[in-house]
Amino acid sequence: MDWLYMERWSPYVVGIGIGILNCIAFLLSDKYIGCSTAYSRTSGMIEKLFRGDKVKEKPYYKKFPPVVEWEWMLVLGIIGGAFISAKLSGQFQLMWVPPLWATVFGESALRRFVGALIGGILMGLGARWAGGCTSGHGISGTMQLAISSWLAACCFFIGGIATAMLIFKVIA
Amino acid sequence: MLTILHEKKKMQLVIGFFTGIIFGFLLHKGGVTRYDIIVGQLLLMDFTVIKVMLSAVVTGMIGIYFLKSIGAVASHLKPGSFGSTVVGGLIFGVGFGVLGYCPGTLAGALGQGSLNALFGGLIGVLIGTGLFATFYPKLDKRILNKGDFGEITWPQLLKVNPWVLIISLSLWIVALFWWIEKSGL
Repeated sequence: MDWLYMERWSPYVVGIGIGILNCIAFLLSDKYIGCSTAYSRTSGMIEKLFRGDKVKEKPYYKKFPPVVEWEWMLVLGIIGGAFISAKLSGQFQLMWVPPLWATVFGESALRRFVGALIGGILMGLGARWAGGCTSGHGISGTMQLAISSWLAACCFFIGGIATAMLIFKVIA
Repeated sequence: MLTILHEKKKMQLVIGFFTGIIFGFLLHKGGVTRYDIIVGQLLLMDFTVIKVMLSAVVTGMIGIYFLKSIGAVASHLKPGSFGSTVVGGLIFGVGFGVLGYCPGTLAGALGQGSLNALFGGLIGVLIGTGLFATFYPKLDKRILNKGDFGEITWPQLLKVNPWVLIISLSLWIVALFWWIEKSGL
């Protein structure tokens, strides 16, 4: 069982595992691996705490009600699965600033907070705008050969590569 | 299809959770819950993310089309349009480049203790999805349906047998992996 404690697995083994896992999800649950609607539902749940049942009247939440469902449980599970893997390989570590980020912006946790917040806002907005994220479009949609998903995946990487290059090659 | 199992609501929540546990475990073992690996990919210096994604695509493509051919699963295609897919995809990409996690790996980063995924990333994504829900009626009227092309697949567009595409695409991806490994990326 040494492999459970290994720090990293071959990315090809991991990818094949994710492909098989997605087939099982289709088979057992009639669902596919996707993550961004879970965040959208959570956002609706939080808004409901402040504004009450009025939130349910928003047209978007009529389409995707702010409730716990399969995909929400999947995202909760991801946190647990990564935690188990990190603990087993002794890599669990509370970290404020990723090393690569620090090479450009320094060790300031506040600066990373602001950066991650802005990045998160744009990513959450874009994921719902495009109707999916790197999992729902990038893996589950592309493997079904959906044109929308191949186009979305290309745009994710075009935007991502351009932004990362701008930050690390131009600004730095 | 396993319709009886699909209708067991509580059981489905349990299956969803365990699917997530395995998915999160795999993402972490693959190294893709780390900011440095994801941004390394966007800087074209480390090809771990592409290796994980494309090997999942090859495996899943063969699996799903096989299961579909024996009637065991149904397709779940997302509709697309230039106004939603391209514009949203590019906004997502910019956010992805700044945050350095995507929604799935953000949850994985939370699990491995990356506090910037919680204070910053998660809060941001919740604000971003909330903003979308608020502006959805206006966006839907003005932008989202521009250049709509619906739920179409490559085999449908090109009018070929899906297996022709699956086999040729798989060979191209394997060739790409071979090239990536040969270049030492």
